[in-house]
Amino acid sequence: MAEKMIKPRSGLKGFIKKEAIFLIFIAIMIAFPFVLNIITGTGLNAGITKFWQGQLITFFIMAVFAMSYDLLIGYGGILSFGHAASFGGGAYAVALLLKHWAPNILSNYRITIGNLDITEATVLLVVFLVVILVSVLIGLLFSATSIRLKGAYFAMLTLALGSAIHILSKATDFHKWTGADEGLHGVPLPVWLNPTQNRLTVYFIALGFLLLCYLVMNRMVNSPTGRVIVANRENEERMRMIGYNPVIYRTIAFLSASIFAGLAGALYAIWNMSATPTMTSTVTTINALIMTILGGMGTLVGPIIGAGIMQIIGQFFYTWFGARWPLVFGVLFVLIVMFLPYGIIGTWRLRKSSIKNNIQKFFRLFSKEK
Amino acid sequence: MSNEIILEAVNLSKVFGGLVAVDDVSIKIQKQTMHAIIGPNGAGKTTLFNLLSGVMPPTNGSVIYKGNDITRVSPQKRAHLGIGRSYQITNIFPNLTVLENIRLAAQAMGKDNFKLFQLADNFHQYINKSEEVIDMIGLSGRELFMARDLPHGEKRKLELGIMLACDPELLLFDEPTAGMSSEQVPELIKIINKVVHQKDRTAILVEHRMDMVMSISDVVTVMNQGRILAEGSPHEIATNKQVQSAYLGDLYGELT
Repeated sequence: MAEKMIKPRSGLKGFIKKEAIFLIFIAIMIAFPFVLNIITGTGLNAGITKFWQGQLITFFIMAVFAMSYDLLIGYGGILSFGHAASFGGGAYAVALLLKHWAPNILSNYRITIGNLDITEATVLLVVFLVVILVSVLIGLLFSATSIRLKGAYFAMLTLALGSAIHILSKATDFHKWTGADEGLHGVPLPVWLNPTQNRLTVYFIALGFLLLCYLVMNRMVNSPTGRVIVANRENEERMRMIGYNPVIYRTIAFLSASIFAGLAGALYAIWNMSATPTMTSTVTTINALIMTILGGMGTLVGPIIGAGIMQIIGQFFYTWFGARWPLVFGVLFVLIVMFLPYGIIGTWRLRKSSIKNNIQKFFRLFSKEK
Repeated sequence: MSNEIILEAVNLSKVFGGLVAVDDVSIKIQKQTMHAIIGPNGAGKTTLFNLLSGVMPPTNGSVIYKGNDITRVSPQKRAHLGIGRSYQITNIFPNLTVLENIRLAAQAMGKDNFKLFQLADNFHQYINKSEEVIDMIGLSGRELFMARDLPHGEKRKLELGIMLACDPELLLFDEPTAGMSSEQVPELIKIINKVVHQKDRTAILVEHRMDMVMSISDVVTVMNQGRILAEGSPHEIATNKQVQSAYLGDLYGELT
């Protein structure tokens, strides 16, 4: 009986069935630049095809950032207003290393295996290891505050910590390295990774990154540890009483969310070839929050949809309404929150059967008239 | 019934501001007994419970479990030592399914809590254990219901199930029948009786319902105003003059 109901569909077939919508989305995204190229005929690395690739790259990266926020707020129930610190931290780590450290290494040293020159690859690997290290440190910093504080006090402290890191990123004291208010621009990149010269490569890297992060996070939230993190959201006292230490699980949630956010930030810095103080600001956190709420908290797919709406609809709104587009978007956001209180995906999952019934009823209405 | 002491409170006190909720209470719980703690509202029963389960630290005194001082041991560690607790106010994971509520408790006692990249549903031992518990508490067929959607009586059962899935040796029941209608109570008593005696467990029971306490417990402790008033077998308590005048006299006079 119940055992049959809850038996997970194992193997590839079960996975494809369960993640069908996501896999279709990935397939569409893979085909997108080529199809758009055929339609417009501008060439893959020019004109409107290139422009929409750029829009989608931003969307993919922001989707990962929003998903990492969902991990924290939707699954862990941890409302942190400083999540952009990890995102910006990753971005600054990449930009600083690539601008001030990598050129030095690349011009003075050569690392080879046989005839293969792997200097560039090694440098990039080191850069990404540093990104992970920075994210872990920022994650630890934030989770340390959550040991004693709860609710609004905790949220306020994360806001303060996030702002501190934001101020640090635009401090004039470090103008020489970080560029203070203006940020770091013109980060040197290898040709194959340069978004202006090889946008399609960056497009597929970002898409692959989104796919990988989704799969890993999806696995994590359904793992024994992930389930305990959800239990922490639901009822901390009870969780204690059945033998879990909430601090440990909150730290795990913070660290994993921070690592994903840091990697997203790193990729964002590569895509923009810059790191700016905006990336560490609360505005960035609020954007992720809006994306997560739009799509549905605690769903993982929701934040992807939310990021898509923000990016794609935002672009159309910009062309239709000009600089006033956030005003229109705000109205749309209020409407969505009013009528879909659990976000698009959240409300759909909750009311799936009744929505389907209503649609059937609606169609039956027409068939009767005939 | 053996004479071994499983849990002992020594001169336990808890002061909230100026209010002495628990005042120098010493109590010994014998292994494999059903020990009831009764008393009027505000007698300090739940506070005593919170001290025993580690939710709050005592102002004074100590708690001894199986010969070890556990006064400063955190609730999560006490759970691993074999102390389980249910709550007077329903304390479940509302937005998770019944099965997941219990599965989490079963998982807590295993060694798989830090497997981040494996699917929780593939650990069949916990699911099987949960099925067993769900059968025992009489919630079969409700596995995939959201805990928040259950009627109150079933939430109370789920509350017990979460505690049972940890397989504790010592069970602390904080008013298990709170808010239940009198028709639902006998079934719950039956379940409690079954789970306590099935594995030679020990239980401490805080209760309001006199009839329930008298029928199932071996030892009864009466508390009043933070102190222990009397202790003895249900019969002794029912005939104790002091208890009658302090507590039973007004409410349960007909019992004597």
